[in-house]
Amino acid sequence: MNFSEFFNEYFNVGDWIASFFDWLDDTFGAFFDWLADAIDVVFDGLDWLFATPAAWIIMVIVGVFALLARGWKFATGAVLGLVFIFGVNQWENAVDTLVLVIIAAALAIAVAIPLGIWAARNDKVSRVVKPTMDFLQTLPAFVYLVPALALFGIGVTPGIIATFIFSLAPGVRLTELGIRGVDKEVVEAGQAFGATPRRILRQIQIPLAMPSIMAGINQVIMLSLSMVVIAGMVGAGGLGGDVTQAITSLNVGLGFEAGLSVVVLAILLDRFTASFGKGQGLYGQIARKRHAKREAAEQARIDAQQLETAGPRRAGI
Amino acid sequence: MNDTALKAEGLYKVFGRNAQDAVKKLQNGASRDDLGGATAAVIDASFEVKKGEIFVVMGLSGSGKSTLIRMLNGLHPQTAGTVTIGEDSITGVTPAKLRDIRRHKISMVFQHFALLPHRTVIDNVAYGLEIQGMSKEERLKRALKITGVVGLSGWEEKYPSELSGGMQQRVGLARALAADTEVLLMDEAFSALDPLIRREMQDQLLELQSELGKTIIFITHDLNEAMYIGDRIAVMRDGRIVQIGSPEDVLTNPANDYVEQFVQDVDRAKVLTAESVMRKPFAVAHENSGPAAALQAMRENAISALYVIKRDRTIVGWIRDRDVMDLVRKGEKSIASVIQTDHGAVSKDTPLADLFIPSLEAALALAVTDDKDRLVGVVPRVTLLAALGGEPDAATSAEPVVEPLPSEVVDKVLDASTEKGGTL
Repeated sequence: MNFSEFFNEYFNVGDWIASFFDWLDDTFGAFFDWLADAIDVVFDGLDWLFATPAAWIIMVIVGVFALLARGWKFATGAVLGLVFIFGVNQWENAVDTLVLVIIAAALAIAVAIPLGIWAARNDKVSRVVKPTMDFLQTLPAFVYLVPALALFGIGVTPGIIATFIFSLAPGVRLTELGIRGVDKEVVEAGQAFGATPRRILRQIQIPLAMPSIMAGINQVIMLSLSMVVIAGMVGAGGLGGDVTQAITSLNVGLGFEAGLSVVVLAILLDRFTASFGKGQGLYGQIARKRHAKREAAEQARIDAQQLETAGPRRAGI
Repeated sequence: MNDTALKAEGLYKVFGRNAQDAVKKLQNGASRDDLGGATAAVIDASFEVKKGEIFVVMGLSGSGKSTLIRMLNGLHPQTAGTVTIGEDSITGVTPAKLRDIRRHKISMVFQHFALLPHRTVIDNVAYGLEIQGMSKEERLKRALKITGVVGLSGWEEKYPSELSGGMQQRVGLARALAADTEVLLMDEAFSALDPLIRREMQDQLLELQSELGKTIIFITHDLNEAMYIGDRIAVMRDGRIVQIGSPEDVLTNPANDYVEQFVQDVDRAKVLTAESVMRKPFAVAHENSGPAAALQAMRENAISALYVIKRDRTIVGWIRDRDVMDLVRKGEKSIASVIQTDHGAVSKDTPLADLFIPSLEAALALAVTDDKDRLVGVVPRVTLLAALGGEPDAATSAEPVVEPLPSEVVDKVLDASTEKGGTL
């Protein structure tokens, strides 16, 4: 008996994991079925919402949002990209993929941010979360598909679940990093004035960690997109489905049409999410103007009140 | 007990494993270096801060002063010891109680200001009040007033990033003042500011303190700052408080070599006052004593002039040996006619820096008076020089530079007057 046989005899990792998933399926089968149904319903609903209007209506809406978020250059690029997707006949696939990304990323963000906050505030949690995230991030993406397939069967759900798990890590990490990176003195200021931990989190830590958290959300969405394409292999459909089909039939043309559509989608999602909260584009301009106006009005009100109550004021230095 | 604003007793802060063991070892006389893995940041700190006092904790970086101040409001839980603010102990209380004390009893100003960057000046100032649960209208009204007090009117709607460092710290100060707590902790509050602004802020703090009467605990590594604003100073080294005393105390009676070395660079002229360097008046003449007696006193002390005082020791003026000698020759009975009233006496609280010019103008050792104009001492020029040199004792061995008259001359005159039947 050589070592490998010996090892397999006593430490059969593959068997263990397989039997763990079998047990999971046996025990929580009903729950997984319900989850699959629920996700299907959400997917169908969103898909209907995006696919029903004519393509040009979506293009106009995206264009307007692009203009508000980053300005006319991005708006032009966005509309041209969408026209390309429509032109290569990938519109419906792109919509499917987008909906997959939205659902998976929404789930991932909903879990990642609270988990990241928890890890930032509790060293013990952090010590568990960090290696777990390392594990999730380095395990080859395809491997997630196998148990997902086993638990949920072919369809949209295994793709979304695998994507959700795969894209979780950067959201958790960047949230934790952002909150831990908040200037210690400012947090101490909150404590020194008697704020509750919850209030410090809400009024100091989260606002100051926002750039990092937004970068995390951006990463989650980008990872979701890359995983959703891979999920085409388990029948999640969308652009990934066509990419898989192109590989199996060696169809270079189809492969690139679907692939370039993914690129367009990726650029759109990345630029949109990267511009959150940065005050660029038309919306930023409008917001700044409104803010300046309000500030001036408020200052005028304060000055007037002060003249009334305080008399001559001391000069600011 | 009533005039104690804050009291710390036997405070220890040890970081690392086995903190409690480390405290026991320290209490049994172990040194800071043989604690194994634990690091002692504060060792056996005990002090009391009186109401309305500015108590300065001074030490170099790493001496544990920042840790100490954070133990006073519980930001760093103590490893051993107790802290009492007014009547409330902040050690061993529930988090909710601790928060309540922080809201109403003790506030803090930070070295790097620690303002909320996403809030305007007025909202930053109102932050403490917001946490106290005050209504928006009321807290803005109060914040507005305090913003004016620190001289930031007209900047209420700006964001901290739009303000200079000095102005940002005014916001930090206003935030702490707005909370209207009895005790104010200031952690190196002016260290991040440039020297001119720092001086201005120090003056403003003193001004505010005299107006509002807050109890202030101020941390600094700058001894000149400590001497300038402190009513009392605690000097820290390697986690221990090595001396607590008034600025003059620390300067003139350093507890050990470390403190002595530390205070070497201090601008003594601004810290020391006339009272701390003055000597006992050598001799004085009473306004109704006779010229011969006055001359005799001058001769005995080998000086050429005397201060003249009333019975209650208030200064009348001074007399000169030559004038008195003339009186003796003429056989006058009173010195009243030769008393010069431009005595130029200074109050005992005058800093040394302000003694130089009066000292130059005075014909004899500068007279020092108390609140009621009574003569309490004199500052000879040599004493002034010795005090600046850091060795006030050197002055006692030095003698006044004023040249006395040759004794033969005086003896002759005195003998002559006895023959004429003058009285001594």
